[in-house]
Amino acid sequence: MALFDVFDIAGSAMGAEAVRLNVTASNLANAQSVGPDEKGTYHARHPIFSAVMQSLQGGENHSVGVKVDGIVESQAPLEKRHQPGHPLANEDGFVFLPNVNMVDEMSNMISASRSYQSNVEVLNTSKQMMMATLRLGQ
Amino acid sequence: MAINFDKALGNLPEHLSLYGQRSSLLASNIANADTPGFKARDIDFQSIMSKASGARMSMATTQAGHIGGADAAIGGMELLYRMPTQTSLDGNTVNTQVEQAQFTENAVRYQSTLTFLGGKFSSLKMAITGK
Repeated sequence: MALFDVFDIAGSAMGAEAVRLNVTASNLANAQSVGPDEKGTYHARHPIFSAVMQSLQGGENHSVGVKVDGIVESQAPLEKRHQPGHPLANEDGFVFLPNVNMVDEMSNMISASRSYQSNVEVLNTSKQMMMATLRLGQ
Repeated sequence: MAINFDKALGNLPEHLSLYGQRSSLLASNIANADTPGFKARDIDFQSIMSKASGARMSMATTQAGHIGGADAAIGGMELLYRMPTQTSLDGNTVNTQVEQAQFTENAVRYQSTLTFLGGKFSSLKMAITGK
C-alpha cells in the first residue's frame, strides 16, 4: 500500500537530515581546532545527498527516498595565523585554522532542522490518514 | 431493485487509492528537498480519473480460455514533472512550501473521501438492518 511507503521515505529523509545536523555540529565544534600543517588541520565537512528509488515487488513504484552518498571535506584554503608561542606552531611560527565558515554552518543548521520538521509533519499526517482508514465503517 | 455491492461504493475506492499513491509521491518530493538535481514530480489527478471513469474498454473474450484484460484504471498513472517557479543552482526543482500545501490538500481530500465512504457504508447498514 502506497501510504506505507511514506514512512520509509520520510524516515530516510529524517535520517539524512540528522546526518547533516551531526556534520554541522562537528564543524561548529571544531571551528577553533588549530593544527600544525594543512593536512593535520580539521577541514569543514558536508554531506552529499542523493535520491534512492525504492523498487517494490512487481509494479512500478514512484516513491523516492534519500540517502547520504558520502561526506566530503571542503577544499577551501585554510587560514594561517602567526602564533610562535603556540605548542602546535610549525618552525615558521604559524598555526592553521580550519576552513569552517560560521555563517554557512548556522544557515545549514537551520535548513536541516526545518527540513526535518517538514518530514515529521508528513509522517504525522500520514499516520492520521491511516488511523482514519482503520476506523472506516465504524 | 437489488443492492449491488460492487457498485454501491462508486469510484470512491479508486479515489482513495490514488490519493494514497499521490501522498507517497509528494512525500518523496518533500524528502528530497535538499537533494541536488532532484526533479519534483506529481500526477494529474483529473486526467487519470476521467480516463478511469470515461470510456471503459476491455478486451473481447471469444474463447473460454481468454482472460478479459482489466481496463487501465489507476495502474498506469502518468508521472509529470512540476514546473519550477524559480531555478536553483543545484538543479533541484522542489519548492517545499508548494509541496507541503499540496500534501495537506491531498490529506484533506483523502479524509473527505473516507467520510463519503463511511456514509455509503452506513447507508448499506441501514438498508440491511432496516433501522
